[in-house]
Amino acid sequence: MEIELSHYLSLAAILFTIGVFGIFLNRRNVIIILMCIELMLLAVNINFVAFSSFLGDLTGQVFTMFILTVAAAEAAIGLAILVVFFRTKGSIGVEDISAMKG
Amino acid sequence: MISAIAFYLFALMTVFAAIMVITAKNPVHSVLFLILAFFNAAGLFVLLGAEFVAMILVIVYVGAVAVLFLFVVMMLDISFSELRQGALQYVPIGLVVGGILLAELIFIFVGWHIAPSAMDNRITPMDQTVQNTEALGRVLYTDYIFAFQVSGLILLVAMIGAIVLTHRRRPGVRRQKIADQNARRPQDVLDIQKVTPGKGI
Repeated sequence: MEIELSHYLSLAAILFTIGVFGIFLNRRNVIIILMCIELMLLAVNINFVAFSSFLGDLTGQVFTMFILTVAAAEAAIGLAILVVFFRTKGSIGVEDISAMKG
Repeated sequence: MISAIAFYLFALMTVFAAIMVITAKNPVHSVLFLILAFFNAAGLFVLLGAEFVAMILVIVYVGAVAVLFLFVVMMLDISFSELRQGALQYVPIGLVVGGILLAELIFIFVGWHIAPSAMDNRITPMDQTVQNTEALGRVLYTDYIFAFQVSGLILLVAMIGAIVLTHRRRPGVRRQKIADQNARRPQDVLDIQKVTPGKGI
């Protein structure tokens, strides 16, 4: 029973799909949507590390760290926007955000 | 054999935690399951021989990002049950889109084989004599130094952006304004008057 590259890739595909499905399921709750984005980025990271490991190339792991950086920045900015939005509107519903009509 | 058992354990726990993230009623539980998913993904990374990324995942994600989520969830006073109303309305379309996406990805990934000629195109082949962390450091600080610096800059911009967004100036708080104090000049605030005796000003 050997664990192949396709095992890891399938796991990443399942995780990514759960993330996408979570956005549909919780489309009114911005916090859960942000968490779903984190899940999808985690799936991408698993892909990168799996390819890196099975190919014997370190570049995939380097790029995983860059993805981690961008994901951390995105989470910080997203949550900051959420806090500011909650202060002005008193809610975090997605439909309230569409008031801008931009 | 042991590694196969470990893989299936970590993989099943990751998928279970991910499902719980999106279905949990309480967002605090969602964050805690997100933490569980990250821990199990870190275990998978260790199985793949990427120890440094695994530790970074635990430290950065569990230690910083997930706790940030937890802070925000607990700080905002929201009735989350209200936000869940009408959520089931989008389950069919979500299932369709998710099913198609999953089928496509699985079709691609199951039949995936690395071409033998791809081995010649590796940019930084792994050196088995050095540890993962050391090898990563050797690559990161030389070949990818610009990308590394840019990612640091991204973090700086994100930090400043988050501070600027959430910082709020409250009215009615008395603060020392050093610039105003230093800018005071005698001629602005002092007035020398000639007082004639017996009259006053």
